[in-house]
Amino acid sequence: MSTIKTAVNRRSFLKVSAAAGGGMLLGFGWLSSCAREPETGLEIPESWTDINAFLKIGDNGVVTIMSPNPEIGQNVKTSMPMIVAEELDVDWQKVVVEQAGLDTEKFTRQVAGGSQSIRQSWKSLRTAGATARRMLMEAAAKEWDVPVSELTTEQGTIHHKSSGKSIDYGAVATAAATLEVPEEVELKDPKDFKIIGTSRKNVDAQEIVTGKPLFGLDVQKEGMRIAMIAHPPAFGQKLKSFNAEEVLNMPGVEQVFAINAAPEGIELQWSDTNAFPELVAIVGRSTWEVMQAKKALSVEWETAESPESSVGHEAALSELMDKAADEPARRDGDPGKAFQGAAKVIERTYAAPFLAHNTLEPMNFYANVTADKAELEGPIQTPASLRKTVAALLGMEEAQVSIMLTRMGGGFGRRLYGNFGSEAALISQKAGVPVKLVYTREDDMTQGTYRPAYKVKYRAALDADNNLLAFHVRGAGVHGSPVFENRFPAGAVAHYLAEHHDLGSNISTGAWRAPRSNFMAYAEQAFIDEIAEVTGQDPIDFRLQLFEKAQQSPVGENNDYDAARYAGVLKLVKEKAGWGKPTPGLHRGVSAYYCHNSYVAQVVDVEMQGSTPRIKKVWCAVDCGIVVNPDAARNQIEGGIVDGIGHAMYSAITFKNGSPEQQNFDRYRLIRNSEAPLEIETFFVDNGIDPTGLGEPSLPPIQSALANALYRATGQRIYRQPFVSENEVLG
Amino acid sequence: MASFTLQINGKPQTVEVAPETPLLWVLRDHLQMTGTKYGCGIGQCGACTVHLNGTAMRSCSLPVSAVGDKSITTIEGLSEKGDHPVQQAWLEHDVPQCGYCQAGQIMTASAFLANTPKPTDAQIEAAMNGNLCRCGTYTRVKAAVKTASAKMG
Ligand code: FES
Ligand code: FES
Repeated sequence: MSTIKTAVNRRSFLKVSAAAGGGMLLGFGWLSSCAREPETGLEIPESWTDINAFLKIGDNGVVTIMSPNPEIGQNVKTSMPMIVAEELDVDWQKVVVEQAGLDTEKFTRQVAGGSQSIRQSWKSLRTAGATARRMLMEAAAKEWDVPVSELTTEQGTIHHKSSGKSIDYGAVATAAATLEVPEEVELKDPKDFKIIGTSRKNVDAQEIVTGKPLFGLDVQKEGMRIAMIAHPPAFGQKLKSFNAEEVLNMPGVEQVFAINAAPEGIELQWSDTNAFPELVAIVGRSTWEVMQAKKALSVEWETAESPESSVGHEAALSELMDKAADEPARRDGDPGKAFQGAAKVIERTYAAPFLAHNTLEPMNFYANVTADKAELEGPIQTPASLRKTVAALLGMEEAQVSIMLTRMGGGFGRRLYGNFGSEAALISQKAGVPVKLVYTREDDMTQGTYRPAYKVKYRAALDADNNLLAFHVRGAGVHGSPVFENRFPAGAVAHYLAEHHDLGSNISTGAWRAPRSNFMAYAEQAFIDEIAEVTGQDPIDFRLQLFEKAQQSPVGENNDYDAARYAGVLKLVKEKAGWGKPTPGLHRGVSAYYCHNSYVAQVVDVEMQGSTPRIKKVWCAVDCGIVVNPDAARNQIEGGIVDGIGHAMYSAITFKNGSPEQQNFDRYRLIRNSEAPLEIETFFVDNGIDPTGLGEPSLPPIQSALANALYRATGQRIYRQPFVSENEVLG
Repeated sequence: MASFTLQINGKPQTVEVAPETPLLWVLRDHLQMTGTKYGCGIGQCGACTVHLNGTAMRSCSLPVSAVGDKSITTIEGLSEKGDHPVQQAWLEHDVPQCGYCQAGQIMTASAFLANTPKPTDAQIEAAMNGNLCRCGTYTRVKAAVKTASAKMG
């Protein structure tokens, strides 16, 4: 057990008050339909009592736990309430989960991003549950006139052992809510966890498999119109003029006008990254009718900045590979001298293209803007930033803007950037009607905010005995370098140099699942594999030696990893995959990477069927501290692996004259069912450390595990993504 | 504009729309049945899959005028209580991540299993290949189809 001060979190609690009788704290309609066990169902309580911002308790013991963070498929809507329920000590079967809207008074960091939801909320969620439990116990102690220290709880019931009395939470909730919030509360010892660490089904699963409206695109409201936008077909262009007359007489079309989401004098947020603030908006009755008008609309665009191309990016990035940075990002020892005196130098360059996020649910948002308020609803990873921008654009106070969160049909970083939410608000304001803004797939794929194109050059110096003397990494990317100068193998090599280059562009880029790591893990771990081969060592042993060095005699400062945990996952995957015992016909690759505070090591087995690789199995060892919901966590790991394989193998956005050449899934290739691994087995390190990131860390390393396996299968190293266009053998 | 009476989930529904309107948008906009999803609009992703006389079809590429009197089943009508063996298998394997593609996956799998009750692994992959899952739940989709097949057998 550990004690935690509640005071730090006090700001996030509701003023404690009992709900008025009959409690209308949530729409009851959905309650019966959302119970995970439709047969057993949950009685709707007569009244609810708010205990704090995270939970309310019904008089019959049913508990509603709010899920504060945006749900993008990372399953926080299940795992965050599990943490509250754990400390509250309640029967999970009696819990219903409700998605909270944006409320910066009650909640901190309502963001889905950086794999941080659980990590950053771990303490506050536990404290919320523990505080409520404590207050319920105090209320029972008062009623029975016994010291609170003599009470225990079990699954929503408070017991007093010596008198044999017991009472349910529901019966003392109202009394508890009138008590002072305790100064500090005790948190459970992780070894006493009953809910955390057990697999619980996705709380929305029943609704997902029956097609209930959960997503932003499913929002329907009284009087709502459909809105679409037209943005420039090429980066570097902007709106010149358009002819509304031609489409206004088309069936179902009501209004056509221009909007500007970045007018002068308006303060924008980092999350307003957007290459196309000036747009034409079309408002009408139905999606299909508005789509037809969008196709028919003639718009003149003008070139404001010179159009870019992938050929140009490639040349510019290559040029940077041969140029020393003005200032190194990190230098240990004397790398210049070490390379000069080396017996052998290995030099390799790796490249990757732009990628689109392509959430399967395209960007969309609902907005109803009237004279004195703006009601928004939709899929957004950063609702607090969106509210700031919308208020500024509409000329309102933030308090006049509300944002409800819908389940998101994927995020992957794209919905950190809320331009579509601002656009919906501007369109509703100008049109004077509530609108649902809908992007077509083509709008979505050509809008920008891409994972940027990257290039990185590695050099390794070996002495005559094949010891790694020096290591040099120089990286360049569109809108920033991908290199993490303090990550492995920094700290494990005596002479080390890391350099950044940045290539400017008029194409907008943004965070894409595991930013920078999604490229660096591929390049670094493929290069390490090559060094191991040149030195004649087993690729796992070679890495383990470097970790050993980083642990025993670390070089330099700020090494951003724990070498023992790193080595731990590598050893675990080595054992689980039976590394070193080759199976005829199967080709193996290994990789390990650290990002989002978590460690992942993977082994992959590939079989070649003609020119097509079949991924037979992936073993994945993960150290992300305490795992809240193991089966859901495995699902995240599996998703990251499939995502990593798919984008490394098949996907790219390329540009010609400023225009993306891929606009829909006919030309943008996403991984399909038959290309996914037949089996993925995940192993979590059980170390009791507070939870770290889970949604992203399995994606980066799989690309290099696969590249390394494909090398063994085809005899060809792969230096560029997507692999299918680079490797001569692969079909 | 023309009037169409469609048989959807066992009930006749009449809509006034342009004949070329894809069934997808008739369902979503005119009948407020939003379980059938839009992902690409060009027959590439399978998010919009429904059954037409029991056969899996891409509703984004099916003009409402081509439906005629064929019976349409959508995810909302696949089972009365949400307990079709495929839905049950999906819950058992906790397949969904974001969940957006899953209605389409389930509709494809249920039509497929109705015709191929005991599929091989290769048949499952071939049948499910038209349904994109951006979250990468494919490994669970394969497993859930097998579980559903066992339930139906
Ligand atoms: S929306 Fe119909 S196949 Fe993609
Ligand atoms: S679960 Fe997200 S697209 Fe399939």
